[in-house]
Amino acid sequence: MFEILQYSFIQNALIAGILISIAAGIIGTLVVVNKITFLTGGIAHSAYGGIGIAIFLGIPVLFGATVFAVLTAIIIAIITLKNRSRIDAIIGMMWASGMAIGIIFVDLTPGYNVDLMSYLFGSIIAVSSEDIIYMTLLDIFIISIVVYFYKEILSVSYDSEFASLRGINVKFFYTLILILSALCVVAAIKAVGLILVIALLTIPTYLAETFATKLSSMMIISSILATMFTISGLVVSYFYDISSGASIIMVAVVALGVVKLIKYKK
Amino acid sequence: MDLINIKNLFFKYQKTEVLENVNLTIKDDDFLAIIGPNGGGKSTLLKLILGLLPLQSGTIEKNIENNQVGYVPQNTNLNIDFPITALEVVLMGHISSKKRLFGYSKDEISCAIESLNQVGMKDFANKKIGDLSGGQRQRVFIARALCSNPKIMLLDEPTASIDVQGQQEIYELLRELNKSICIVVVSHDLSILLNYAKNVAHINRSLVYHSLAEVQKNVTLADDHLCEVELLSALGKTQICCNHVH
Repeated sequence: MFEILQYSFIQNALIAGILISIAAGIIGTLVVVNKITFLTGGIAHSAYGGIGIAIFLGIPVLFGATVFAVLTAIIIAIITLKNRSRIDAIIGMMWASGMAIGIIFVDLTPGYNVDLMSYLFGSIIAVSSEDIIYMTLLDIFIISIVVYFYKEILSVSYDSEFASLRGINVKFFYTLILILSALCVVAAIKAVGLILVIALLTIPTYLAETFATKLSSMMIISSILATMFTISGLVVSYFYDISSGASIIMVAVVALGVVKLIKYKK
Repeated sequence: MDLINIKNLFFKYQKTEVLENVNLTIKDDDFLAIIGPNGGGKSTLLKLILGLLPLQSGTIEKNIENNQVGYVPQNTNLNIDFPITALEVVLMGHISSKKRLFGYSKDEISCAIESLNQVGMKDFANKKIGDLSGGQRQRVFIARALCSNPKIMLLDEPTASIDVQGQQEIYELLRELNKSICIVVVSHDLSILLNYAKNVAHINRSLVYHSLAEVQKNVTLADDHLCEVELLSALGKTQICCNHVH
């Protein structure tokens, strides 16, 4: 089976898978402990608006999606900081309107027949070298931010009221966590697509939570698990000729089921 | 010395008046119990003192720095799945000092371990917070408040959802701490609390203050039987009168 490693698109897919898994492990941990999974889901879907606009304007798609997703994250942060109890309605609105904007702009682009499915469900086999550079930079950025602000992020995530009493700017760090999630989601769109990205953020993290006693170890375990799922999902998708995004997620789901079953039997 | 001086304090949420003309002085060696019905404004008063809620009308004069006020929040049972060790929880209590590139300084860690030692939880430093019992977790939160060397410690329902044995241990610990710092406890556990507190403030929109020596004198006059219900309602009145016969 190792002859498949000769193909450069397979090499790219593997590197991209590992890079995305690292980001998903770190950010997924923050998303799960802060209980903002569906906020992140909303950002992921509204990122499609950025994809549509980028296609219409003829600028790089990843760039368009990044700008749009970060703006969405900031808007969501501002609204939810003002009125936390309306979070779910706000997510619903951002979720749908972002996608609507994307579809309209793709429709308006003359003669362009975009493969919508590849953004919704991912196509890691089609990852380019530029995408890999983008993902590498993103990983470096996420890791440096999280390492430098680890104490603050930990305090705000665990007990935001106490953190504010200790002089930590809770609003800033809440917004920062949302922006980091937006960046991670955009990078993961290529691999698993914006619909499936939520599973890559939550399943490895949910599993890691059972083993970790610290936030940092949860991040590391999640990243390792996500990498394992991504690589085995890729192998499965190659040999059975099925969609890479879906097979990555299904491998993760099966692993989750097995671990939970073993725990349950004990 | 007066640590905190509250004068003519009013507070409303939207249109509901929660606190009405509250006046309260807290001395540096006090062990003050704040009691009263649910929704009576106990937690609101605490949050106003801490500065977690904005002042609307009236004054709260503090003769200490804001970071000399220790705080143990209600609902320490929330977020039990969070991956954090007892030591890390206590480390949160440090006043944000100079920014380090990575992790915690040796001083911060040894100070946090000393705080854990003070509450008898040193051996549990590396345990996940969710694996501790309710009483143990409460001790960790007290250690976190101790970390900043407070002059006064405010505790919001510290013994809610802890068994009776654990409650007594927490109050013993607070009595010990009260030798050097002022303790303010918001609580429902009247019968235990009254063995430890020096003064009582009953809040139901307005505040009624009692020195506990005076209350106990009046209560023992009644007969040997202490009726908690009656005591509670008596504390809500300005005059204490206990001559109810069972």
